[in-house]
Amino acid sequence: MVEFLFQAIAIAVIFLLGCVGEILTEKAGHLNLGIPGIMCVGAAGGILGVVIANNVNGVLSIFCAILFSIIFAAVAGGIYAFLTVSLRCNQNVTGLALTIFGNGFSSVFINNIIKIEGEGGKGALLSEAGNKFFLAHLPFADSLGGFGKIVFGHGFLTYFAIAIAVAAAVVLAFTRIGLNLRAVGESPATADAAGINVTKYKYVFILAGSSIAGLGGLVYVMQYMGGIVGAELAGTVEGIGWLCIALVIFTLWKPALSILGSFIFGALYIFPSFVNVFFPDVTFTFAQLKLFPLIPYVVTIIVLVVTSLMGKKENQGPASLGVSYFREDR
Amino acid sequence: MHQLELRNITKTFGSVVANNNVSLTLEKGEILSLLGENGCGKTTLMNMIAGIYYPDSGSILINGEEVSIKSPIDAFNHGIGMIHQHFKLVDVFSATENIVLGYKEEGRFNLKKSAIKVKEIADKYGFIIDPKKKIYDMSVSEKQTVEIVKVLFRGADILILDEPTAVLTPQETRKLFDVLRKMKEDGKSIIIITHKLNEVMEISDRVAVLRKGEYIGSVNSKETSESQLTEMMVGKKVELNIDRTEPKDPKDRLIIKNLSTIRDDGLPGVRNIEFTARSGEILGIAGIAGSGQKELLEAIAGLSKIKSGTIEYINPENEEIVNLCLKSPRQIRDLGVRLAFVPEDRLGMGLVGNMDLVDNVMLRSYEKGKLDLLDRKTPGKLTDQIVKDLEVVTDSVNTPVRRLSGGNVQKVLVGREIASVPKVLMAAYPVRGLDINSSYLIYNLLNEQKENGSAVIFVGEDLDVLLALSDRILVLNGGHITGIVDARSATKEEVGLLMTKSVVVEEE
Repeated sequence: MVEFLFQAIAIAVIFLLGCVGEILTEKAGHLNLGIPGIMCVGAAGGILGVVIANNVNGVLSIFCAILFSIIFAAVAGGIYAFLTVSLRCNQNVTGLALTIFGNGFSSVFINNIIKIEGEGGKGALLSEAGNKFFLAHLPFADSLGGFGKIVFGHGFLTYFAIAIAVAAAVVLAFTRIGLNLRAVGESPATADAAGINVTKYKYVFILAGSSIAGLGGLVYVMQYMGGIVGAELAGTVEGIGWLCIALVIFTLWKPALSILGSFIFGALYIFPSFVNVFFPDVTFTFAQLKLFPLIPYVVTIIVLVVTSLMGKKENQGPASLGVSYFREDR
Repeated sequence: MHQLELRNITKTFGSVVANNNVSLTLEKGEILSLLGENGCGKTTLMNMIAGIYYPDSGSILINGEEVSIKSPIDAFNHGIGMIHQHFKLVDVFSATENIVLGYKEEGRFNLKKSAIKVKEIADKYGFIIDPKKKIYDMSVSEKQTVEIVKVLFRGADILILDEPTAVLTPQETRKLFDVLRKMKEDGKSIIIITHKLNEVMEISDRVAVLRKGEYIGSVNSKETSESQLTEMMVGKKVELNIDRTEPKDPKDRLIIKNLSTIRDDGLPGVRNIEFTARSGEILGIAGIAGSGQKELLEAIAGLSKIKSGTIEYINPENEEIVNLCLKSPRQIRDLGVRLAFVPEDRLGMGLVGNMDLVDNVMLRSYEKGKLDLLDRKTPGKLTDQIVKDLEVVTDSVNTPVRRLSGGNVQKVLVGREIASVPKVLMAAYPVRGLDINSSYLIYNLLNEQKENGSAVIFVGEDLDVLLALSDRILVLNGGHITGIVDARSATKEEVGLLMTKSVVVEEE
């Protein structure tokens, strides 16, 4: 049970970062379906950062990983922002293209540019960094038993992610910037008339959202996988990315709720591996086990139906989500 | 020194002159009405003061100093606030959130403190406002209050209201006027755009009149009369060279009795409409924009919700009477009713912009193909005919309609509708945005239909054209018929007065 909760939180961090990133983007009125791809790119950037830091020390390694992960993700987000904000391309098409690109790019980048295996491969370096630095936890966690492990036993990035989510919640709810951002996503024409620089807000928050989501990719590869890079990396991260987008709907576009939501999604995601812990007497077939990862999607659909039926406008997505803004249209 | 002065302002959009050499002054503590017909450039002029548009030439002075207003923020900084006809509010925000949106105040962001300030402003001028209420829970009048408080919150001294009473009930209008008077006592200057003469007389100190983009003059409200204002507004009659034949053998074709409709937003559309359209006659419909023209035509075409009343069509072939109420356009057509409708929204309701000419023409006949295959040949021939007869300028009949100019789009639409040999032809603003030649072509087409024995219903905005083209003119105001006049003997002033005449209705 302790292991289950521990693992659920470990994977939930990735969901949390992807979800908060997507929330910020959507609050600016942009549905970024490129988030799964951006998370892949973020993972590739993180790996590059670790390789550059060359395991000199933990702080440098984590710093470089975050820095390059953000740079990579922000560049990908920048492409999306330029296409959808400045050129007013269709957001869905642009996002999907970016996801396909991100998946392919990260595979090529990781396997061919940074050679992981074989002679001069960086596999050992990465797994060492993962174990020594990214999975390093507070020393007193071990002395607190199961509770200590679940709450304090995670790597630094876990707490960093929660801090980001809390900060995003505070900014959205209690600051002028948050108010302006929400106005941009709800009604860009109104925001424009009120003197808010709509284009600037869209760019800033698409880039910020992409950067945060990119960190999700970094957490997956360096913390959750402990630096063990396999061929299936991009595919798995992309899958998690799609769940992050569903999670945004599940958490009603609220970063604070997404902390809880990502834990639930995390638990459901790893449930198949722990099914014998919960149902020791039942034997599941492979196909049955594959049904469990579907649960998050089903739950999301139910949430969507329920919130639509309730019809409370606060629980819906931003009104201008997915709509390009032309000033001349007024 | 004037609080606000406009000197020789000119603004053009492409080849259309919206404002030509307009000069205007506003004194401190004055309520100025800006009066004029649709499209005379009132809103454009005010938008230049509010920083939405920038004048091509001319200058704006505030307290004697020349200023340059390039954005709404500049306008705010000069103490100018405009309340637009279409509210710019975020639905899911509270009143206070909307009011402080985009306002850079000193100190920390504190919604509670702002809410108190909102309440103070409201109390000072006698508004009723709940700072915490969400916009989507508000009535139109409450939303307007939020817009006005928003402007006052930023310390505006000059308020511009674009047709503020258009959406209000008489009671709400009275309340608004009380508030405006209090603001005036407080030294604020107010410009109010309106068409309603009685309101002009009631609220304003001075009236400035615009006609076709030009400044006609201003008079003190106390020293003027409604008929003088109407004359200033519509101007002298212009003779147009439009042939008008006597109706041949007019017969009742469409009899409408006691018709009331409900708009999509649940508000009443037209109310208690009664008239008869006759064959071989052009019935003009005049009225300020949004007086119920659209609702009336859509009700006849079977496109809107009808609350009560009857629409009877008399079939010319067998004198059979068909009631068109509560029937869909398809049912109406299947009953053998030959009705053609040229809607005002050409590319929205009339044609599909991304489809070519043939496909658009085919929209009326696509079901006629053999089996389930489309027959493109017959409509193709018809399209060639339309292009030739109406001199449509296009690369080919396979060009998407949206690439054509406004006039040519209109020709395609009118051509298609006329090709169905209608017995009733309804056209809403068919010459809007067209040049003189295209306009005359459309007038001739309408006349041709009249001579062929159709009952033509023509909604127009230019009174000169209405008077020259129609046989009778029906005037709408606020969803009511305020009069039906003989176009041959009626004067422009007469129609103008009917257009602005208020109908007092018992609130239901």
